[in-house]
Amino acid sequence: MPAEPPVISPRSLAEAYAALAAAPHRPLAGGTDLLVQITGELGEPPERVLDIWRLDELRGVRLESNALLIGALMTYAEIRSAPLVAELLPALAQAAATIGAAQIQNRGTIGGNVANASPAGDTLPILLACEAELVVGSVRGERRIAARDFWPAYRRTALADDELLLRISLPLVPGRQVRYRKVGTRRAQAISKVVMALAWRTDGPAAPEAPWRDVRLALGSVAPTTIRAPRTEAVLEGSTPDEATADRAAASLASEIRPIDDVRSTADYRRAVASRVLHRLVRDEGGW
Amino acid sequence: MTRMARAGNASTAAPPQVAAPASATVTGRVVPAIPLRREGPAKLTGIAEYTDDLVFPGAWFGATIRSSEPHARLVALDLDDGFDWSRVAVVTAADIPGPNIVSLIQDDQPILVPVGGEIRHQAEPLCLIAATDRSTLRAAKRHVRVRAERLPAVFDPLASTEEISHCDVGRGDIELGFAEADLVVEGTYRVGHQEQLYIENQAMIAVPHPDGGVTVHGSCQCPYYIHRALMRSLELSDAQAVVIQAETGGGFGGKEDYPSLIALHAALLARKVGKPVRMIYDRHEDLSATTKRHPAVVRHRTGVTLDGRLVAQEIDVVMDGGAYCTLSPVVLSRGVLHAAGPYRCPNVRVRGRTMATNTPPNGAFRGFGAPQVEFAVEMQVNRIAEALSISPLELRRRWAYREGDITPTGQVLRESVAAVEVLEAAAEASEFTRHAEQTRRAREARRPSARTASGIGLALGWHGAGFTGSGEVHIGSVAAVELTDTGIIRVLSAQTEMGQGTRTIFPQLVAAELGIEADEVQVAPQDTSIVPDSGPTVASRTAMVVGGLIVMAARRLRAHVESVSGKTFAESYRDFATEHGRLRVDERFTPYPNVEFNEQTYTGDAYPAFGWACAVAKVDVDLDTGEVTVRDVVSADDAGRIIHPVLAEGQVEGGTLQAVGYATIEEIKLVDGRYLNDRLATYLIPTALDAPRLHAVLVEKPFPGAPHGAKGIGELPMDVGAPAVVAAIHDAIGVWINDLPASPERVLAALTGAPPPRAPGLSAAAPQKGAA
Amino acid sequence: MSYRFVVNGNAVEVEVPGMRRLLDVLREDLALPGTKEGCGEGECGACSVILDGAVVDSCLVPVCQVDGAAVQTVEGLAGDLQLSDLQTAFLETGGAQCGICTPGMLMAAEAHLAAGIPVTDESIREAIAGNLCRCTGYTKIVEAIALAAERRRSPAS
Repeated sequence: MPAEPPVISPRSLAEAYAALAAAPHRPLAGGTDLLVQITGELGEPPERVLDIWRLDELRGVRLESNALLIGALMTYAEIRSAPLVAELLPALAQAAATIGAAQIQNRGTIGGNVANASPAGDTLPILLACEAELVVGSVRGERRIAARDFWPAYRRTALADDELLLRISLPLVPGRQVRYRKVGTRRAQAISKVVMALAWRTDGPAAPEAPWRDVRLALGSVAPTTIRAPRTEAVLEGSTPDEATADRAAASLASEIRPIDDVRSTADYRRAVASRVLHRLVRDEGGW
Repeated sequence: MTRMARAGNASTAAPPQVAAPASATVTGRVVPAIPLRREGPAKLTGIAEYTDDLVFPGAWFGATIRSSEPHARLVALDLDDGFDWSRVAVVTAADIPGPNIVSLIQDDQPILVPVGGEIRHQAEPLCLIAATDRSTLRAAKRHVRVRAERLPAVFDPLASTEEISHCDVGRGDIELGFAEADLVVEGTYRVGHQEQLYIENQAMIAVPHPDGGVTVHGSCQCPYYIHRALMRSLELSDAQAVVIQAETGGGFGGKEDYPSLIALHAALLARKVGKPVRMIYDRHEDLSATTKRHPAVVRHRTGVTLDGRLVAQEIDVVMDGGAYCTLSPVVLSRGVLHAAGPYRCPNVRVRGRTMATNTPPNGAFRGFGAPQVEFAVEMQVNRIAEALSISPLELRRRWAYREGDITPTGQVLRESVAAVEVLEAAAEASEFTRHAEQTRRAREARRPSARTASGIGLALGWHGAGFTGSGEVHIGSVAAVELTDTGIIRVLSAQTEMGQGTRTIFPQLVAAELGIEADEVQVAPQDTSIVPDSGPTVASRTAMVVGGLIVMAARRLRAHVESVSGKTFAESYRDFATEHGRLRVDERFTPYPNVEFNEQTYTGDAYPAFGWACAVAKVDVDLDTGEVTVRDVVSADDAGRIIHPVLAEGQVEGGTLQAVGYATIEEIKLVDGRYLNDRLATYLIPTALDAPRLHAVLVEKPFPGAPHGAKGIGELPMDVGAPAVVAAIHDAIGVWINDLPASPERVLAALTGAPPPRAPGLSAAAPQKGAA
Repeated sequence: MSYRFVVNGNAVEVEVPGMRRLLDVLREDLALPGTKEGCGEGECGACSVILDGAVVDSCLVPVCQVDGAAVQTVEGLAGDLQLSDLQTAFLETGGAQCGICTPGMLMAAEAHLAAGIPVTDESIREAIAGNLCRCTGYTKIVEAIALAAERRRSPAS
């Protein structure tokens, strides 16, 4: 039995900011998270809803001084078909393709994924591994929050009550590679058991013998929030993707993460799979 | 506001007609599927009326307050002061005029737990509320306080001391058998719950009559089960209780008995309120509270000789019935009767029992005890094949029943035996031997860096057609064919259409007997005030048993009309009707010739005939993650006589995918006796991307005892799909998975030698209060 | 609040709370019960409709976001006298059994056929991956959609 809390649908950002400043509102984008929470009676329905679907300022993707700027309202379907994304961050399109199915991809937004702050959020490891910045706004102006500071606790964000997520800024690093892997429960409409993004760059052209620099490894579904794995990053940093590196990194990751048993999977499985998937990623890059 | 008002429930708009379809060839088969599904256009245009589509002006909405303890004394149901209770109606056990019992087999399950009574499972119904609108209802629900005193709960059927039923069969001398064996193989197999997951949630609408009677419209398989339950507990006469099946969006057994409980709830509220009451479950409630497939632990001890003879089978079956009896005795008996597999063995002992636990009661689901035990025996046969170094195909060739063989109940399989036919058909269609050789070579050549492994697996199964033992005699089904005074021919039966095609094949069968076209035959609605009790739509009995009754009735109708008119039925029936008025021919079930079963000793002819099936599955296993992709399944099924090939294929394809889900991703975990997988986001069935390519091979070995030769097909494919998949996993990676589902967690643990996850179907204890 | 939009080519106006689900508006306020509720959480796709050309789960769309938009439901597929080519294909191949997933399945299929991209077995399965069916095993559904695609390509066949 779905509740029907009051909702306003501002036509401008200014209107939206004013509403948020006046009283707490739950933002509503594509509804693929919020409507489930309301219908499914997962917690109290919000007192007030702010429908931001008409805010075209939050749509689209563009390139701006070495950063890819993705509007919060960009849907997964739009991400999958955007030439800029295909060219500059194909891993993000790959992630978008693993989410739900056609119906969810036509409505679910990357901003919603970010703001919902689920530890299983499928795009979040990429944002964390690419050191994205979340651009947020309010009546007090805009500010940028680093991805690593954005999800401080389980299903919580660093947004102030009156702030709205506007866009995601992904710095483009020359020579950077990003790999993404999601281990779900089935081939579509699947929440992940483990989801991982691995980013690194090489000084020269990409080659198996080029050492990896600035390694970033981010994982979802293995902790209350999306996390980095700094110890395993350190193992990979400066190494080439050979078998010894893969073995050491896999072992490091298995001991670094502390996943839990839940309805979807077990701690043992998550630990083993995260480790094996990382090993495979390194092997694929090394070509051995 | 613009509204498009609906005029009542009867759809006055006819669905658009189908343009005469041009024939085409799809995958080598000619379409269209003649005759076309009778209610197809209505379903395809959205005008078919499922329960929640029915409009009853002024109807209230009903909801159920349920327990959140697995075992407790219900101390009180308090209605909070903070709510105006005059706005709603509340029904408790005290409002039930007749017995507070859901009528089925045993009188043990209450309709509502009375205050002071015993709560025996999570989500057990305690009281009911109705309101004029849903937001009032939602608010009211939050203001009911349940006070209960927890009692110790039992979750493990192996630890339970409360037996619901037992069933033993056997023949020969088991000790002698083992003495003859060169090799004894033991195995323990465990299967967990499975949810039917009909896409239409359970739903009932009760409309009260001024005289205290009630008409219930709902999603159901067995209108007369509901009718009996209403009559008894509401103390209504036969005519006062009316049950009308609405278009039903899937059942698979899940709507065999549970609808009686919802109907009782809706009727109690409707009588209290004096208005129609809608009880439409949402998915969360349906998943949390309704019946599931029985979990089971099946232990095998099998004796074979080194030259490959099967000499002894000792099998122990324990099923978890949940908190109440419901259908457990029949599920168990079918399980026990099928547990030894379709194999000739002189010495067999099968012991079965269903035990009670403090979990929601389990019930019927396609296969009804057979999928559980046939998974076990097929895995056991595969282990033995490996131990003897004989191919799983060849071993089954040697062991499979032939005509004249004797089953564990001493039944001589005199006719309609097609075990070898389906085995060879599936092996050939799947090119089993060639692929098995390929996978063997690939396995031997596999490098440590391999990403995936492919495997092929095979399973053979059987399924007794119709009710077990004397079941059909006891229910004494009646069905009828009628020629109305306006010259309409109608089939009258309680058999429900739920997608399997009853509404299409019944006119086919009758028309064939009468020598007319199928679209000249109507099917009366499944309304207990109109149709006789032809029994439930379960047990794969509709085509065989009830189809047989209407064939006989049609023959008698034809003979009579032709003898009076002196012309063929087709030429003369309309004039006959004008001249002589309505003529209805009822046919009551009479036992099949030479079929005898002793209920006391459980010996004799357990079923009039068996259906036979063989599945071959091809899988890929991801060696990093243990994920299993089922690529392809061939299922060869013998249903005696195939009445409508496309509808029959539909049953094989759909049943096979349900079996694939059972084998791979359908899993329910429990904590404190409560299902954790209580939303569609967490109870997973295969999507179109997960589904393998499915190939149905239809085989016909007619059953002479039925006038049209048909046996059942609905459940047969469910018996063989899962073991075929798990056998294929073994072929791919060399490990035996003995528990279902063969989830990635189980597969990876087996691959790496890590400890396996918790056994399926077994609840974890409640988390300790105060723990982090 | 008042919301105006187009359903199956007809202009409609409803006066309902903005957070009312499009699914409920269709089924109850507009008396178009062809669209079904299977889960209310966007997992089963039984409630699928086409919204401004894209297939969506109507159980997840609040009506405030439908203002000014065009909605197509199963009731809008057939002509007055004839089933659409897609519906006919479902009927011919046996793509509908119990029928409860069928309206949503048809809308997802229609959106895919209308998208103008090459239709293959794989593309069909991806297009309907958000529509759960428990009866058919999907085989005859995929056949039906492929058959309809084939006929749209070569109308003479």
